[in-house]
Amino acid sequence: MTDVRPPVVEAPVGGRQDGRGSHAPDQPRIDRVTVIRPAPRWPHLDVRELWHFRELLFTLAWRDVAVRYKQTAIGIAWAILVPFVTMVVFTLVFGKFANFPSKGVPYPIFAYSALLPWTYFASAVGLSSGCLVNNKPLVTKVYFPRVLLPLSAVSVPIFDFVFASIVLFGMMAWFHIWPSIALLLAPAFLLMALTTALGTGLFLSAVNVRYRDVPYAIPFVIQIWMYVSGVIYAISALPERWQWVLALNPMTAVINGFQWGVLDTAAPPLDKTLVSVASMLVMTVVGLWYFRRSEPKFADTI
Amino acid sequence: MGAAITATGLAKRYRIGQLRGAYGTLRDSISTAARRAVRREHAERPRDIWALKDVSFDVPEGQVLGIIGRNGAGKSTLLKILTRITTPTRGRAEIRGRVGSLLEVGTGFHPELTGRENVFLNGSVLGMKRSEIAAKFDEMVEFSGIGTFIDTPVKRYSSGMQVRLAFAVAAHLEPEILLVDEVLAVGDAEFQRRCLGRMEVLSESGRTVLFVSHQMQAVARLCDRAIWLDQGQVVDAGESSEVVARYLQAGFGSGSGRVWTDIAEAPGGDLVRLRSVRVVQDGHEAAAVDVRRPVGIEIGFAVLRDGEPVFPKIKLVDGRGDVVFNAMDTSDRWLESARPADYLSTAWIPGNLLNEGLISVQVVVASMGAPRLVPQAAINDVVSFHVQDPGDGDSARGLFTGQWRGVVRPLLDWTTEER
Repeated sequence: MTDVRPPVVEAPVGGRQDGRGSHAPDQPRIDRVTVIRPAPRWPHLDVRELWHFRELLFTLAWRDVAVRYKQTAIGIAWAILVPFVTMVVFTLVFGKFANFPSKGVPYPIFAYSALLPWTYFASAVGLSSGCLVNNKPLVTKVYFPRVLLPLSAVSVPIFDFVFASIVLFGMMAWFHIWPSIALLLAPAFLLMALTTALGTGLFLSAVNVRYRDVPYAIPFVIQIWMYVSGVIYAISALPERWQWVLALNPMTAVINGFQWGVLDTAAPPLDKTLVSVASMLVMTVVGLWYFRRSEPKFADTI
Repeated sequence: MGAAITATGLAKRYRIGQLRGAYGTLRDSISTAARRAVRREHAERPRDIWALKDVSFDVPEGQVLGIIGRNGAGKSTLLKILTRITTPTRGRAEIRGRVGSLLEVGTGFHPELTGRENVFLNGSVLGMKRSEIAAKFDEMVEFSGIGTFIDTPVKRYSSGMQVRLAFAVAAHLEPEILLVDEVLAVGDAEFQRRCLGRMEVLSESGRTVLFVSHQMQAVARLCDRAIWLDQGQVVDAGESSEVVARYLQAGFGSGSGRVWTDIAEAPGGDLVRLRSVRVVQDGHEAAAVDVRRPVGIEIGFAVLRDGEPVFPKIKLVDGRGDVVFNAMDTSDRWLESARPADYLSTAWIPGNLLNEGLISVQVVVASMGAPRLVPQAAINDVVSFHVQDPGDGDSARGLFTGQWRGVVRPLLDWTTEER
């Protein structure tokens, strides 16, 4: 019986009222004219539009945070467990056994203070590179600036970072280490990690739309990247020549800068930090450019 | 009153080659690029498909415009461009006012989040401000009938509850321009009915509506104007009931009979050629048939030489593009090798089987090449006919006059015992 549908509404359509006057009074008037045209050859970032969609950015980030540890047994404790256990393993293998250089501070706190920004970065790259494919229903059904997806993805692991920092403060008390005044610069270095992750994520997420090789490459890329970021050994102990090469990796500056703040180790050399900043900017611009250029085809190819 | 939507020369190209690339791997692309560079091979020219070609129209504010056409005519592509999900290859459109659509119902729902959380998520995905959602929240919950389950994760909802909640959010979007793609609308009959109801409420309050549908009577009834798309182009536009009438008359662009006078031009090959195909009822060729009486699909074909056994087959497709059925002649006469001769076969479709509406016929004369059929002569949409119910009360719908869903509409034997 349910398959038989009576006509929906008997009233004729002619009884429509005239124009705008009949709009519901509570309706916000948006007098925006939307112009639809072919994708431009040279993409640019529409900042005004991003601002218009700012609420959606927060909503998406909030969703991912709310969902992140749903139906897990230990929940957000994962945010501590991963860097902590990694630190213990590193300490046993590299600290005790291989005796890697650790800037003159105890190896455990050297490793943990490096693992904090590094774990954030690795999560942010992982989440943002999958953000388009994982949100396929959104990408194929509704319009919004797609940049919001990687942007919200790199914001999500900040919560893990903040949570795992509690353990860092505990360890600092244990080892009697006082932060330097440069701790005030830590947010700037974290922002640098975020921007680098964003640039990488923009690029990889757009590539992922076409080539599903990306999820296979990510763990491997992240692992190699860690070895050249100064997480398990102090970059400053390397020959000068190699320090310059590694400065091209913005994460070296992030980790050096963060340790400078929390462990009061030597300040990262300014010239090499500037190289890192420049490298970060190039990565971000290239990532953004590629993302924006691929954006018009996302819904067709995903 | 100005135009709410102005579309000028909209065109959309899809590359078939791109689709292959989309599922390929990076390695394929790199190796192709390398080969090209080394051997100076030219790129394989990808085949272009124009889903839309030069589509222009205006929708004045407050008008309800119907978009009709067969599957693959470009209707959904047009809506995708107007909702900015994809960009046009050429052309331009201007939209004045907030666009809402009933084709994205439930988009962004996350199973782990509660109903309440999903209302906020879905609302803001659809373009509502948080304050706006908060203001309408109670109304939405009321409308959905979810009640106390609002704080339960959505994954615990039945699919019906999910759709109801999603629709409650979409229905409170209050867009100035509403896009409805009934073809894509998910959900049960009840849900589709709600979509249409919501659309009527909005159109009566002066909103602009774009309505894509395969239900001609709904288009004729609800829309002021209609445009008819075929192969990505506007082939007809005007007053909705007139466009619908012309669309039905044209019946997919094929008539009720087709004859090939020159056998060399007819579909087929060296073994079999078609000669004619006709729709017949009561001894006459018929474009409109009575649902209660048998309909014949008469196929004339010539076997041109001795060869493997062949037999005739038909496929019926309805106005929504769904296959009604396939049927082939399984009689023993077709087990023998084909002898050169002219044949006239008629497939008799019993009365009170088809549902009302347009039916398009595919005809094949095939041979059996296990495991599949080998078409020796085949043609799609060769003829079409319109199934009608005179409404005398002796058909499967009895005295009911409303819409009757289903691919077929058989008149069943019912038995009832009183106990």
